[in-house]
Amino acid sequence: MATLGDLERAVMDLLWDSPDAQTANGLRDALAESASADGKELAVTTVLTVLARLEKKNLVSRERDTRPHRYRAVMTREEHTVELMNDALGTVMDREAVLARFIGGISDDEAAALRRLLDGDPADEQPA
Amino acid sequence: MLLTSYLLAGLAIALAWPVPVWLSKAEFVARAPIATLILWQAIALAGGLSMIGAFALWGLAPLGDSLVASLVEFWRVVSGRTSADGLGALHLFALSTAALLGVHLVFTLLLTWIRVHRHRIRHRRLLSLLSNPSPTIPRTVVVQHDTPVAYCVPGVTSAVTVVSRGLMDALDDDGLAAVLAHERAHLEQRHDLLLLAFESWHQALPWLPTSRLARSAVHELIEMLADDAALQQVPRQTLLRAVVTAATGESPVAGAEAALPEGGLSTHRLKRLITAPVPLPRAAVAGLASASALLVLVPTGLVLVQAVLD
Repeated sequence: MATLGDLERAVMDLLWDSPDAQTANGLRDALAESASADGKELAVTTVLTVLARLEKKNLVSRERDTRPHRYRAVMTREEHTVELMNDALGTVMDREAVLARFIGGISDDEAAALRRLLDGDPADEQPA
Repeated sequence: MLLTSYLLAGLAIALAWPVPVWLSKAEFVARAPIATLILWQAIALAGGLSMIGAFALWGLAPLGDSLVASLVEFWRVVSGRTSADGLGALHLFALSTAALLGVHLVFTLLLTWIRVHRHRIRHRRLLSLLSNPSPTIPRTVVVQHDTPVAYCVPGVTSAVTVVSRGLMDALDDDGLAAVLAHERAHLEQRHDLLLLAFESWHQALPWLPTSRLARSAVHELIEMLADDAALQQVPRQTLLRAVVTAATGESPVAGAEAALPEGGLSTHRLKRLITAPVPLPRAAVAGLASASALLVLVPTGLVLVQAVLD
């Protein structure tokens, strides 16, 4: 059976892909459909637990004026991806301490100079 | 005691400014990255020790001729059995400074660790929603984004390398292997611990030249080490191309004007990527290692000698 983390991911994917807010029942049915090989029936309470966790993490908002409550993603998948990339590309001050990046501190000028070097002499490889 | 405290103060000043300035400009750095990294750690450690030691010994000096005797006397003052008159305001101030400095350094390390840890958790949460494990490469996830980027998120059991779809599209298989070998070296050699230590060293004393210079030097040195590890697995040219691709998002197109980037390269790391550095002679590396050991041993020794001297 899928872990809570996997379910969170699956629920988010459904919410991101649907234009309208979803009920827990609707999400359960959609999940059951996509994981037909998984044999075991998914309980609505499990989906509600997952939704509560996502709401706590501020990923999902709940519309309380209808019964049953409807849920939607707070941000789109693209917005979250931008957030992730900003984190990775260093808009955060202490990024270096969090993540070590492949190209630490290479400037545009340097990249251009390197590019010229590579393009000009592709066979250039002499360990001095 | 007084003499020792002055010696320690001298060492602390040397390690706070002239020594780091010299090392940050030294030519041999690119030729012996591991030895240099150890030297930076020794400079930071010895710098911190001698700073605190100088204040502490100078502060204790009026209380006794040896460290043990003065500490015993200090305890009598603290517990109220002797009056603090013999200490004087200045010496009391020095003792407080030593204590505050020690606490400050430990707490900054702790706070930096917590901050970095929280940030990592947040980043992992985003990753768990937005990335997919690579079907072919172990411990690697792919983010669907056009910006070419590769980085690693460290962790004891959960270390993971992240590459973007844009980078995978821009690189061929060899280039990707080079990137992954580089990232894996960061993770396996636990470079994140070094970054954490020197980040908090800088956070604690941001106005000190040594903390700023050490931090940027360590950043560059770990890239060198990761490059070296990657070069064990891929040819130099492949790694160089991968670096350029990752930096600019485009694969180098052949046929452009050839020009040597003379002076255009500011970093040791890129220079040594283009031309393999001549390793420093064994004797010189041994010299650097001994210097590192001495740096830590001398201030410790000075304090220990004070302890037994009576």
